[in-house]
Amino acid sequence: MSSANSVMDRSTISGSKTGDVVLSARNVAKSFGSVHALKSVNFDIRRGQVTTLFGENGAGKSTLMKILSGVMQPSAGEIVLDGESVRFSSTVDAQRHGISIIHQELSLAPNMNVRDNIFMGRELGGPGGVDYAGEARETERLMAELDEPIDPMTLVEDLRLGQQQIVEIARALSVNSRILIMDEPTSALSASEVEVLFRVIEDLKSRGVSIVYISHHLEEALTITDHAVVLRDGAMTAWAERREIDLEWIVRHMVGENFDLGSPPTGYEMGEVALSFDNISVADVAVPERSVVDRLSLAVRAGEIVCIYGLMGAGRTELLECAAGRVPASDGRIMLEGEDISGLSIAERIERGLVLVPEDRQRDGLVQTMAVGENLSLASIGAFTRGFLTSRAREQNVIEDSIRNVHIKTDGGAAGIGSLSGGNQQKVVIGKMLATRPRVVILDEPSRGIDIGAKAEVFRLLAEGASKGLAVIYSTSEVGECLSVAHRIVVMSRGRISAEFGADVSREEIMAASGESVAG
Amino acid sequence: MSDVRQSASPASSSPSSDRVAPRRTGGFDLGHILLEGRAFFALIAIIVIFAMLSPVYFSTANFLTMSSHVAIFGLLSIGMLLVILTGGIDLSVGSTMGLAGVMAGFLMQGVSVDAFGVTLYPPVWAVVVLTCVLGAFVGMINGVLVSIFRVPAFVATLGTLYVARGAALLMTDGLTYNNLSGNPELGNTGFDWLGFNRLFNVPVGVLIFAAVAIVCMFALNRTPFGRWVYATGGNARAAELSGVPVKRVQIWVYVLSGVCAAIAGLVLSSQLTSAGPTAGTTYELTAIAGVVIGGAALTGGRGNVRGTLLGAFVIGFLSDGLVIIGVSSYWQTVFMGAVIVLAVLLNSIQYKPRKKRTASTENQKASSPSGPA
Repeated sequence: MSSANSVMDRSTISGSKTGDVVLSARNVAKSFGSVHALKSVNFDIRRGQVTTLFGENGAGKSTLMKILSGVMQPSAGEIVLDGESVRFSSTVDAQRHGISIIHQELSLAPNMNVRDNIFMGRELGGPGGVDYAGEARETERLMAELDEPIDPMTLVEDLRLGQQQIVEIARALSVNSRILIMDEPTSALSASEVEVLFRVIEDLKSRGVSIVYISHHLEEALTITDHAVVLRDGAMTAWAERREIDLEWIVRHMVGENFDLGSPPTGYEMGEVALSFDNISVADVAVPERSVVDRLSLAVRAGEIVCIYGLMGAGRTELLECAAGRVPASDGRIMLEGEDISGLSIAERIERGLVLVPEDRQRDGLVQTMAVGENLSLASIGAFTRGFLTSRAREQNVIEDSIRNVHIKTDGGAAGIGSLSGGNQQKVVIGKMLATRPRVVILDEPSRGIDIGAKAEVFRLLAEGASKGLAVIYSTSEVGECLSVAHRIVVMSRGRISAEFGADVSREEIMAASGESVAG
Repeated sequence: MSDVRQSASPASSSPSSDRVAPRRTGGFDLGHILLEGRAFFALIAIIVIFAMLSPVYFSTANFLTMSSHVAIFGLLSIGMLLVILTGGIDLSVGSTMGLAGVMAGFLMQGVSVDAFGVTLYPPVWAVVVLTCVLGAFVGMINGVLVSIFRVPAFVATLGTLYVARGAALLMTDGLTYNNLSGNPELGNTGFDWLGFNRLFNVPVGVLIFAAVAIVCMFALNRTPFGRWVYATGGNARAAELSGVPVKRVQIWVYVLSGVCAAIAGLVLSSQLTSAGPTAGTTYELTAIAGVVIGGAALTGGRGNVRGTLLGAFVIGFLSDGLVIIGVSSYWQTVFMGAVIVLAVLLNSIQYKPRKKRTASTENQKASSPSGPA
């Protein structure tokens, strides 16, 4: 680790043989409207080696992968495959060139068996229709190669997630992929399954397959990677070989200079405990005997901002949705200002002053068929209803107050929700919940998919609310966002609190507390 | 050798913070207006064309007669609209309507209570109330199946369609109640008032239809319930997290649809002065057609009473017009089908392209508050 050094100072990698480079991105850029998701990225993928992409959420990793695998086309720049500039019109086209991607969410049909999944869409023809025997033989051969003897006739839904991953890999190999892109392949795997996967990766490398690997588990990725590429805000910030780098190097380049997202509000007394989790457990939907939240206890006071940091699958979302009443707790109690609210419905919790701003605003936050104003007033209809009828004038007041309070840039309440930018849409969801005059606000990844300016505004809103006595809990998977307005940072790992810090903690400490989950 | 390993990230890339996406202005092109008001223009076109083809079409008397036809499935369409707005569908309305008619006929004949050896003749208002309760009950079964037991609406209401129809046939043994006029001595006269009679020269059925439509407009535009209906259909998950009682809303729309079907059944059996167990067969499809022609999206969240009224009138005026000018009933069926497909086609044009959609919903929202006027 002593040789770790930054490559920000234009160091050149020695001993690279051009013949080794199979695929390279040259000044690849991608923009969506005015948003630049990728800004001129350059890097190489080498034969038989693992290249890992590091970066926070929204850094552009997924966009880059989508471009390499043909899901999207770059707005500028080129992709060079074997020294020739290529342009993939689709994933099928990319596959024809030997590039396959394994998405974070597996794309297998669970109702079909392994054989049919592997040959889906390109079934082997035979004299009597599909050559099932041939397909089965080929499947068996692939499985043997991967050292995972799964019966070709097994239904995919009967396989463990790790095995399903292997099936995905087998499918990629069956089309003779030379380059395999893996997007967070370990996020759903157990430690032993990760071991199997890594063995497979080593094996693939020895056969000359190049791997592009994306993972949030930094330490885990470090154990198998040969090259590291770090992205931040759509730009490549660093490139290095494995032997030159360490964890600290990655974190430094991932997070970069701190953009000021505010600081914890001060100058007032915190109130009583507003919300407390008391030994809360939440069962896994898929496997009820497993707990995604495991006997967790946490108390938040009025005026306090608590940040919950954790990797994907740490149980953050489940904990927060349990608090809001969307998923039931399998054990434990949730107390709102001293009252047990465990059995109450979502609506009753909102009435008592507990609201959730969900993680996925498109799916859970917004009603796309409604205008901005109607979205804003949806949760507080009671406030402008007298008897049976709603009052338009009073509703207009609610809407205008919300637009002003959370600074939504819109042409007015009648504008379509689709006309707003992501950041403003997020503010609509927040504004909608704040319009109910809550005392506890829970935000699940409030900064997801919005740009840095909007992030800062969202955090400023939280700080403002807290200084007026609001209890705030927000979750994030970006370490930089822990160190903003939160008074307290709670790190979650595997459904439990693995560490708790004050506002003066360092990024490295937070990451260390969360990142050991799989390696350990 | 191009081995420069980092891209000098332009330091000047200031975060382009929230800018309101450029909005399309000046939506005053003719195509847009035609698309928005298509049901209205279609209705005008139908009236103009048939008025030219037949001298009897364009007269107050004919319009009133046609309107009393429209009232029947128009009532079904209004109930259907509520269900479709939440993203569901109610295939049982035709059968519920038939069952309601039979129920009314049954009650008008007198209910003999064997234990006391007497026959009860409920007054007409009681018949009306009981029939509506029956409709609500059928609707509640649908609603509970869909919201609590998560049976797909299509399947749940398809089942009720058969059950209700079967129940109607069982009640009458396949026969029809012909005498619904009641007996002055028994104090149960007046059933014919519901559909057969006229008030201010307007068929009472049409007035009932208008009243239900107005109530529904108010409910959708001015009550929390209406907002919940739109929110549930637009995005049930988001609605639930905003405190909307999604399940209760779902049950209620089916109940209301059942009540609308019962009212339609009462009006129809009063118009016909008879109640048959097969009345209203396939009317659910006409009702859906009315809603769809009125611009509502089958995926939920979009549509309004005004459009549905226009849709119902388009269907009614078109089919009656075809009858008046003597087009064969086979051709009528073909025309009907073509109109429905065309309507759905236009719906998908209106709702599909993202840019256009935001523009059009703005217009819709801007104009909808004036609905109940």
